[in-house]
Amino acid sequence: MSSLDPRVNRLDTKKVKDGELHTNSHLITWEVFHQEKRGKQVTHCGIVHASTPEIALVLAKEQFARRGKTTNLWVAKTTDIYTFSSEDEDIFETTPEKTFREPGAYKVRGRIEKFQKENKADV
Amino acid sequence: MYGSTNITEEDARRMNVSDEEPEKLLAFEDRIARGEKIEPGDWMPKEYRRQLLRMIEQHAHSEIVGALPEGTWITRAPNFRRKLALIAKVQDEIGHGQLLYSAAETLGKTREQMLEDLLNGKSKYSNVFNYPAKTWADIAVIGFLVDGAAIVNQVINSKGSYGPYCRALERICYEESFHLKQGHDNVVYLATGTKHQRAILQDAINRWYRPLLHFFGPPDKMSAHSEKLMKWKVKLASNDDMRNQFLDQYVPKILELDITFPDPNLRKNNDGIWEFSDPDWEEFKRVINGGGPCNAERLEVRRYAEEAGRWVRQALLNPQEKYQVPLA
Ligand SMILES: [Fe+2]
Ligand SMILES: [Fe+2]
Repeated sequence: MSSLDPRVNRLDTKKVKDGELHTNSHLITWEVFHQEKRGKQVTHCGIVHASTPEIALVLAKEQFARRGKTTNLWVAKTTDIYTFSSEDEDIFETTPEKTFREPGAYKVRGRIEKFQKENKADV
Repeated sequence: MYGSTNITEEDARRMNVSDEEPEKLLAFEDRIARGEKIEPGDWMPKEYRRQLLRMIEQHAHSEIVGALPEGTWITRAPNFRRKLALIAKVQDEIGHGQLLYSAAETLGKTREQMLEDLLNGKSKYSNVFNYPAKTWADIAVIGFLVDGAAIVNQVINSKGSYGPYCRALERICYEESFHLKQGHDNVVYLATGTKHQRAILQDAINRWYRPLLHFFGPPDKMSAHSEKLMKWKVKLASNDDMRNQFLDQYVPKILELDITFPDPNLRKNNDGIWEFSDPDWEEFKRVINGGGPCNAERLEVRRYAEEAGRWVRQALLNPQEKYQVPLA
């Protein structure tokens, strides 16, 4: 094969026997977490496949810290992460009765003003 | 760089959802209509999974194979800064491939199987990468116009319904803007340079014009439509609409440099629609089916890489390890 690419011409591509992957086992899947700055949360950013956590970190660095800022990366085996089933999403729905958890539900100004007005009238 | 959903007639016929549970299908479609994303653990119709997987996988292969014509020129870049930029771009493209394979994996196909199908020819990649990069001007034109076309497609796809694909595309589009800028910079330097530089740029534009028109796939009147894929937000714009958007954005940026396109019929009509000569759709089909100038070389290089790198992979593998689908 004569190519326009000098590197391709230097390869002994004719030596290729079948050019197949022959992979019947797999690398470990790692979930990757990224921290942009000191003081910020570490957030999930994607995955890599690697045989050890050290290699996973190297690959994660290439993939998720090529540009911009990074202070740290974490990797954890996908199998070690537990999640809810997506069918259970409704368990997170906030009912209207839960306004007692929100600051907007507590309004006392009117009560104070009424109190002050009545108090003054009494004097 | 790019993945396209060219729906063939056979495929359009196979878009059959009659065996899906009607209630689940309705809830699924309602969710998409509300603008919500679908996540990997969600119920989805088999056809949605199949078409998305095919599209994302093709997109991933395109990134990996797309790095080959550009990689050609790393050793011959005209100066150090251009070399750094090209290395960075090629690394980005491989990274895009990685992100897209991960997204495709969430739909239930292993990365190894996808790579296997690239090597054995079962799955395709974008046609545009079956053309050679003959001179440095090709690198300028690829960076500016091929990536420009890819961005049109990827920005549109990033509004789709499948969460993992959208997330990958957001990151990708952010990096693509650098590819585009450095490509434009490169084109402008050649266009405002010596006579010879202008000549190689004009020659590169002449050769890339047709592959660029082919990029978005056959005209709408030649390709089967799938209302379903539009409704499911797998396909978000027609081939002709994307092509028109591309021409509208990029043709003026070449013309203002006093560089021309090899087509006397290329012009914008009064309705804002670009007209052009028939770019020979038979050639498009020929190249898809393996008859392009570089199809054989691209796959041969990939096969060589797999075979030459096998001992490294083998040394790292633990035969007991079970494949684990990524969470997101
Ligand atoms: Fe890309
Ligand atoms: Fe790119």
